[in-house]
Amino acid sequence: MSFRFLNAGDTALTIEFGDGVERRLLAAVSALDVALSQAIASGGLRGVVETVPTFRSLTVIYDPLLTSRAAIEAGIRAALGAPVTLDRRRGRLWQLPVCYGDQLAAGGPDLGDLAAACGLTPAEVVRLHASLTCEVYMLGFLPGFPFMGDLPEVLSRPRRSEPRLRVPAGSVATAGTLTAIYPYESPGGWHLIGACPLPLFSAAWPQAALLRPGDRVRWRAIEVAEYRQLVAEMAERRASPWPPREFLLDAAVDG
Amino acid sequence: MLEIVSAGAMASIQDLGRPGLRRLGVPRAGALQPDWLRLANALLGNDEDAPAIEFFAGGLSVRALESPLRLALAGPFAAVVVAAGSRRRLESWRSVTLAPGEVLRCGMPVAGRVGYVALAGIRVARQFGSASTYARAGLGGLDGKLLAPGARIPATACRGGGERCLRPPPAGDGSPIRVLLGPQDDYFDAPSIAAFLSAPYRVSPAADRMGMRLQGALLRHRPERGVEITSDATVPGSIQVPAQGQPMVLLADGQTAGGYPKIATVISADLPRLAVMAPGETVRFAAVSVAAAETAARAREAALRALIDDIGPCTEFAGQVDLQAIYAANLVSGVVDAAGDE
Repeated sequence: MSFRFLNAGDTALTIEFGDGVERRLLAAVSALDVALSQAIASGGLRGVVETVPTFRSLTVIYDPLLTSRAAIEAGIRAALGAPVTLDRRRGRLWQLPVCYGDQLAAGGPDLGDLAAACGLTPAEVVRLHASLTCEVYMLGFLPGFPFMGDLPEVLSRPRRSEPRLRVPAGSVATAGTLTAIYPYESPGGWHLIGACPLPLFSAAWPQAALLRPGDRVRWRAIEVAEYRQLVAEMAERRASPWPPREFLLDAAVDG
Repeated sequence: MLEIVSAGAMASIQDLGRPGLRRLGVPRAGALQPDWLRLANALLGNDEDAPAIEFFAGGLSVRALESPLRLALAGPFAAVVVAAGSRRRLESWRSVTLAPGEVLRCGMPVAGRVGYVALAGIRVARQFGSASTYARAGLGGLDGKLLAPGARIPATACRGGGERCLRPPPAGDGSPIRVLLGPQDDYFDAPSIAAFLSAPYRVSPAADRMGMRLQGALLRHRPERGVEITSDATVPGSIQVPAQGQPMVLLADGQTAGGYPKIATVISADLPRLAVMAPGETVRFAAVSVAAAETAARAREAALRALIDDIGPCTEFAGQVDLQAIYAANLVSGVVDAAGDE
């Protein structure tokens, strides 16, 4: 697959396969990621700090005191041709609760505006979103923040022109054909359509992040009372070694 | 035990950060000015990557509790040690020992916005290999939180020995902050790239550990490319340009991925100099090559090593300073004499 190197400073280099959300790009990113970790495990590519896979690119972060751009580029070119064994396991299937709309102080204040922009009623937006089985494409932005897709085109709208300075933790949001949950309060430019009561990241959990790339997510619309109850129940789970696996529909494949 | 008396805004425990978790969305965090953190630790004989206190404008006051503690100050600020019935003022870039009950009050940074206080034998638990506080997700530091009055930091009691000083690192000379263009410089038209590399930008009050917004010439996205990208990875030093056209520099706590085009990335050698700038300060950018950035990274490390190698007893440094003062005075009087001769 064609690619290009993009400068990301003197501590990082991005290998870009394309600019979009496409399965073939995700596959190319995963293959290079695996090839590089194999090369590093066998003693190659000295000075690499970490790699960061996204929808359509892999960023290699390195220490310029231990290596150089030239050495990193050469190592990546070699890895691009290397045979790799990709993990073909099907991702786990989750069912995550969402309290849609502005029923809460910290809910989905943009549901009405998004629906209007899409020429739909809020109820239709909720029905469309809640009927999806989404795939987790990548984690990034904030700890445990899952970039998921795909929304139908009718729900696709660009990010807000004025990003919010404070998006509440738990916000379920959309941007373009993607949807996500904000694990922590942060600035953000996505459209907020609901709230999920589950923690998504904890240093106390074995894998730290609840979701991982390849996982699939279904949604279950809940009312405010259940949302409040779940928030209360989940408060302890964040500090416990047990992530909320009861929201997994196929716990058998969990590994 | 060191007790926080007052912490100002955003003071936190930081070390050199928590690499390796960006694929989970966890930023590296760590000191905004890692060189100063390393100098402060070196003054104490700590490991250079030991955690220390990073503080901002608003100052920091700490008190030694039951045993004497040795601290080291790094950054452009002065401090006062307050004991019962006495005060002694000291400049930064040195160690200082607090007797039980004594309070160290750090003044506001006189340049920039950041200062460091390291603590000999500091003991703070690490999470994912680092004690750096990332408060948004409750990682590191003391219970994942920013420092607040009453917080206590465990450390080993000072075992004596004289204070150590270092030659202050050169102050910022106002030279441009060097960047590598990209990864998305092709989203901007030529006049915008030219403006970005020539116009002054002011650090806005919206500056924290996550990033700093800049105010200056507006940068325009090429209409055919648009104002959004499919989110890709960011790094500390990434300069994002959202739709309104004002650049935003990501720092240690910055998000690990983003959907705004990135016009350039600050080189690693210059990022600390930018990260410690205070709101209202002005910055200019200059584009350099990868080779120049790599040379600069090695030069920065060599300069830091030279400062660390030069650390010695404060008595020597006092002598050095006095000699310099006398030398300067002689030069001035020499000029006066010469003028008198004409």
